[in-house]
Amino acid sequence: MDAASAKLIGAGLAAIGVGIAALGVGNVFGSFLESALRNPAAADGQQGRLFIGFAAAELLGLLAFVVAMILLFVA
Amino acid sequence: MAAESGKIDPMHQFLIEPMFGKEWAIAGHNVAFTNSALWMVVTLVAIWVFMLGGMKRELIPGRWQVMVESMTGFISGMMATNIGPEGKKFTPYVFSLFMFILIGNIMGMMPTGIVGVHPFTVTSHLTITGVLAIVSFSIVLIVGFAKHKLHFFSLFIPHGTPGYMIPLIFLIELFSFLIRPFSLGLRLFVAMTAGHILMKVLAGFVINGLNAGALTIAIVTIPSFVLMIGITLLELLVCVIQAYVFALLTSLYLNDAVNLH
Repeated sequence: MDAASAKLIGAGLAAIGVGIAALGVGNVFGSFLESALRNPAAADGQQGRLFIGFAAAELLGLLAFVVAMILLFVA
Repeated sequence: MAAESGKIDPMHQFLIEPMFGKEWAIAGHNVAFTNSALWMVVTLVAIWVFMLGGMKRELIPGRWQVMVESMTGFISGMMATNIGPEGKKFTPYVFSLFMFILIGNIMGMMPTGIVGVHPFTVTSHLTITGVLAIVSFSIVLIVGFAKHKLHFFSLFIPHGTPGYMIPLIFLIELFSFLIRPFSLGLRLFVAMTAGHILMKVLAGFVINGLNAGALTIAIVTIPSFVLMIGITLLELLVCVIQAYVFALLTSLYLNDAVNLH
């Protein structure tokens, strides 16, 4: 396998990481909505924590995207 | 666009080009006025106009003043919940940060391309988001060390850590503390870059599909165009969320510096 095709395959594999981060982000918002429907009065107070969890889950997906971009355009 | 070439380069939109002052230099470094600088100036002017319109201090606020006051109230409320009464003095900094990122993100989404001025997203460059993150991190360090002196290092040892675990926990916490400016800057930069690349790739599908005949228009162009409208709305949401997340994480880090644990 030559280096150019290995780069493309690596970038494609990195896209799996982005998809898995989507599961994480969905889990954060899904769990929040589930508990917010159980206790709507307490939901507004937890919005800061919701976005912290979202930011942490999203960052890992974005790192996978950075790996793909580095493989495609830098390496 | 690049229709004649048949291949659209999604990275071209991030190119920084000098607009004038190509020969300006400070200590051997070129300091030309680039399109990035232009869009930062546009962002600052937009914030300036927005704030001036709302700072009339009327007893019964008009629509504009309500808009400005809800923005300032949003940030000062965030500081109050996350830091407490001592957070009030950081409100101007976090507010400027939030407004600059928010307006900078939204300016990059403006459809000025139809009149020939291509928008440039200032927050899609690591140099800019990285500097913002470093400024936030420096404020955390300065405030933390000024307020707690060397006691600031107790931030890295959570309460109730067993004695034999302290060296390991200290290292882990120190590492996670030092990684903060990178994750802060990288998150904003990558989120904006990824969204803009996605939109340009879809735009490439639309344009190349239009050139390829009626069947391709039905199969590729129209679905891509509909998807692009949805993605554009999603990107506007991401613009707001990323600005909010940046301000929120800055306030959390400031809370660590002000109140330790």
